[in-house]
Amino acid sequence: MKKTLILSTALAGLAFGASAQEITVMSWGGAYTKSQVEAYHKPFTEKTGIKVISVDADNPATPIKAQVEAGNVSIDVADVELSDAVRLCDEGLIYPIDAAALPAAPDGTPATEDFIDGALYDCAVASIFWSTVYAYDDSKFPGEKPTTIEDFFDTAKFPGKRGLRRGAKANFEMALMADGVPAEEVYDVLKTPEGVDRALAKLGTIKSDIIWWEAGAQPPQLLADGEVLMTTAYNGRIFNAAAAENKPFVVVWDGQILDLDLFVIPKGAPNKEAALEFIKFSTDTQRLADQAKWISYGPARKSSGPLVGLFNDGKTEMAPHMPTAPANMENALLNDFEFWADYDVELSEKFNAWVAAN
Amino acid sequence: MALPSYAGPLERAWYYGFRVICGLIFFFLMAPILIIIPLSFNAEPYFSFTEKMLSLDPEGYSLRWYDLLLTFGMLAPDAPRDAAWWADAWENSAWIRAAKNSIIIGVASTILATALGTLAALGLSRPEMPYRRAIMAILISPMIVPIIITATGLFFFYSATGLAGSYAGVILAHATLGIPFVIITVTATLVGFDHSLTRAGASLGASPQTIFFKITLPLILPGVISGALFAFITSFDEVVVVLFVAAHDQQTIPRQMWNGIREQISPAILSVATILVIFSIALLTTVELLRRRSERLRGLSPG
Amino acid sequence: MADIADTGMASAPARAETLKTADGTPLKAALAHAAKRARRRAFLLVAPLLAFVVLTFVAPIGQMLYRSVANDGFSANMPNLVRWFAENPETEPDESAYAALAADLALAAEARTIGVVGTRINYDVSGTRSLFTSAGRRAARLEAPYREALLDLDEEWGSPALWSAMRAASAAHTPNFYIAALDRQVDPEEGIVSVPEDQRIYVPLFWRTMMISAVIAGICLLLGFPVAHLLATLPMRLSNLLMILVLLPFWTSLLVRTTSWMVLLQSEGVVNDVLVSFGIVADDARIQMMYNQAGTIIAMTHILLPFMILPLYSVMRTIPPSYVRAARSLGANNWTAFWRVYVPQTVPGIGAGVLLVFILAVGYYITPALVGGSSGQLFSNMIAFHMTRSLNWSMAAALAALLLGAILLLYWLYDRLIGIDNMKFG
Repeated sequence: MKKTLILSTALAGLAFGASAQEITVMSWGGAYTKSQVEAYHKPFTEKTGIKVISVDADNPATPIKAQVEAGNVSIDVADVELSDAVRLCDEGLIYPIDAAALPAAPDGTPATEDFIDGALYDCAVASIFWSTVYAYDDSKFPGEKPTTIEDFFDTAKFPGKRGLRRGAKANFEMALMADGVPAEEVYDVLKTPEGVDRALAKLGTIKSDIIWWEAGAQPPQLLADGEVLMTTAYNGRIFNAAAAENKPFVVVWDGQILDLDLFVIPKGAPNKEAALEFIKFSTDTQRLADQAKWISYGPARKSSGPLVGLFNDGKTEMAPHMPTAPANMENALLNDFEFWADYDVELSEKFNAWVAAN
Repeated sequence: MALPSYAGPLERAWYYGFRVICGLIFFFLMAPILIIIPLSFNAEPYFSFTEKMLSLDPEGYSLRWYDLLLTFGMLAPDAPRDAAWWADAWENSAWIRAAKNSIIIGVASTILATALGTLAALGLSRPEMPYRRAIMAILISPMIVPIIITATGLFFFYSATGLAGSYAGVILAHATLGIPFVIITVTATLVGFDHSLTRAGASLGASPQTIFFKITLPLILPGVISGALFAFITSFDEVVVVLFVAAHDQQTIPRQMWNGIREQISPAILSVATILVIFSIALLTTVELLRRRSERLRGLSPG
Repeated sequence: MADIADTGMASAPARAETLKTADGTPLKAALAHAAKRARRRAFLLVAPLLAFVVLTFVAPIGQMLYRSVANDGFSANMPNLVRWFAENPETEPDESAYAALAADLALAAEARTIGVVGTRINYDVSGTRSLFTSAGRRAARLEAPYREALLDLDEEWGSPALWSAMRAASAAHTPNFYIAALDRQVDPEEGIVSVPEDQRIYVPLFWRTMMISAVIAGICLLLGFPVAHLLATLPMRLSNLLMILVLLPFWTSLLVRTTSWMVLLQSEGVVNDVLVSFGIVADDARIQMMYNQAGTIIAMTHILLPFMILPLYSVMRTIPPSYVRAARSLGANNWTAFWRVYVPQTVPGIGAGVLLVFILAVGYYITPALVGGSSGQLFSNMIAFHMTRSLNWSMAAALAALLLGAILLLYWLYDRLIGIDNMKFG
């Protein structure tokens, strides 16, 4: 141990010089950032001696674009959604990352094959699968409980407020699925104006009951405060509130929307080499499996799957809480990044106009 | 406006009714500020008065949220509370760091705003000041222009000039926002200023500097200090500019509160709020005392 | 001023011959000189601050507003096509245009700016972003004839709307963001037309912001008038004491006050709890007072009320009570004396308070963002949306310019009617 420490410190000293003793990593805050700090940041600092400063944003893609375009970059590594990663890459705002340089799986499978299809991009390396689901507070449902995505939109059957993320993404897809569109046809339907109207009409049926949220930490809070009866949320946040804070929250997996979170390096990052080192370290097989100890997001490497064990409370089995668990995938939709890269502006405008109209 | 002895029953009713209405409006003004004080001692993580609190059971109250203010962000919050623990809190506690930043930025921007603002107010209150109205309009405009526009403008400007994410950037911005308050307060003090005093000084051979420091400044000092306090509270309370131009090491108290409100409104936010209310009361008392002193100095009222 | 008075010459009787000062210069010239010097001295006192404000405030805002008409996302990254547009005004795109396009696509893909180009055109023609990015990925392999090759990739490359948008974007300056900010769009045939009703956002939001601000100013007047009247008529000692109740909210952090209102108004909050415990409201029918327009109006009224009370109070304090008494003694009843004699004298205070509250309310951002939900959002929140979410900074700048225009108009009105120098706190 002592030997490796000396060695790695020496290496770190050689590779990055004295100035690179810290890097800034930007993520989404709350339980998610905490899981990264525990699984990635702390062991990385221990191994290399490089301090990791963790900062949060509602969506890290925003400050990246702002900082790079303004030529004043303070972030070294950021955690972004798939559609944003592709967009940032197309706009030349993040550095390309050579996937072949990533560490191989313990059995020797090269990284390019070990990662799940679609988890590696020119400029980004995926760490986890997460999903937008809806959840409810079990104690508020003494009788029948919601089980399908239709139930979320059915205020006659389950009268009460609904929490949704303020934005077009995920809401349009869920509305269409609740309206009977099969998951594989959702994006084709959404490409037509009629499809957009159909989604808005479905959202319109619960409009007067919607409470909007913006930051990922808000939905569990809204549920806990009794502000809403059900809310869409990132599945890991709900799991953490349930497992770590003993809240009676239940996730409904029907109609979940899967997405990836990826690590990127903004162009002009002050400590580019250390940032790359951090990404290599964090996306190896063991680290990705470790993160599942802290939050219920699925690792992006095939080889990490079998290593996923118990939650940090030492008793909750993680596998059934992963969005990628077979039982949870029965009616799931994979987020189409190209669709959102193209239609985000138009649909956001329509969505904003719809929200603003009375 | 005492009730005259000849008032009829209707007038009598109105007299008391009016006072009740005003009482309710005062209640509306004060209640939201005072309600958070007891709630910040809630032992439960809720925003409502629990049964135990209502029955004044000591178990319903606790200092846990104040304790959280210290421990949040610390490296080893559970260590024994010795000197090392306090050093850790001083270095790493998120709220203590925010408080330090708030004070550094607040004090620096106040000094800047007050020095420049007082000088300008002296010029503006001279009758021979050219383009007085237009210049006054420009100097007051930081108070009028929506903060989001100011913040957006500064965001681009600072990014281009390298001031983004620096203490200097935030300080300059906050000084600009505080200037209108200094100008308004100091010019108001100068309205009743007796210029024959400075003339007397000049005719007795004092230099302009001597006149300023020996005659003008002592007389307008209460106004200058109130203006400075206004500028300080403006900076101390400001969040939008900090959101747009500050980096994570310039997090101030309002910025930390903004995080807290969006992340999780735990009673910890209320304990910060309580501390800030007490702070406001202290500042307000200072300003009131200064105002009375100023009026006494200028002989405007019996005090 | 001081120098002139000290000479004592100004009061000397006017004579026909030229008056001279002690050192022999004509009095008129000496006076002019002294006045000029006094003016310069006054200006020099103000100059440092003026320079400071211009540098840290006026210039940044001006620079930001420039973005509302400038966006070189397309023009800077597609040099060949820009040249072709310049050389061939009014021409339908021919093979040479497509060749220029193909060359630029390859160039932009290489430089990783293809996304910037696509995003810029996507603002004007929705759904075209991927057209650019996917063509960019294959641009290096395109061969002549380029027209066929590009149309093979996607039919959309032949669309006249796309070409007219590219032509418009080939200039680095564009009025398009203002057109969009006014809920209008450029139609290749009909010129500038309104967008379909379901896509109008900004104009309705602008009027809603004005309306909410007007409601807030109205409620503030309604609540502020009696309080200011009471403070102005009570004995000084008592009114000074009560004044603290007005000033304390004024000195309390905006975020603290907004947080308090969140605590009070949420469905499990204090107000609902009280209503439920008194049986006024059923436990399962708690009133929604937050995350909607009501939340914004209640919280902002509370925050802005002191700005109404202070100017009203300073005007009412100067109204002698003898006028109302005279009216009463002349036979007016209470109401007439109040309405016909007292109220007209408070009009300057009402004007100052209402205008100030209105101006401040129109630009509010923090409070609506936290308690406003969707129906309680104001114009500033839309600027923040484009700054931090959609990242369409030109649009944010155009919206900011419109809001700033409205505010400056109101500010000018305030200066005309009340005068900025009459603003006071406490």
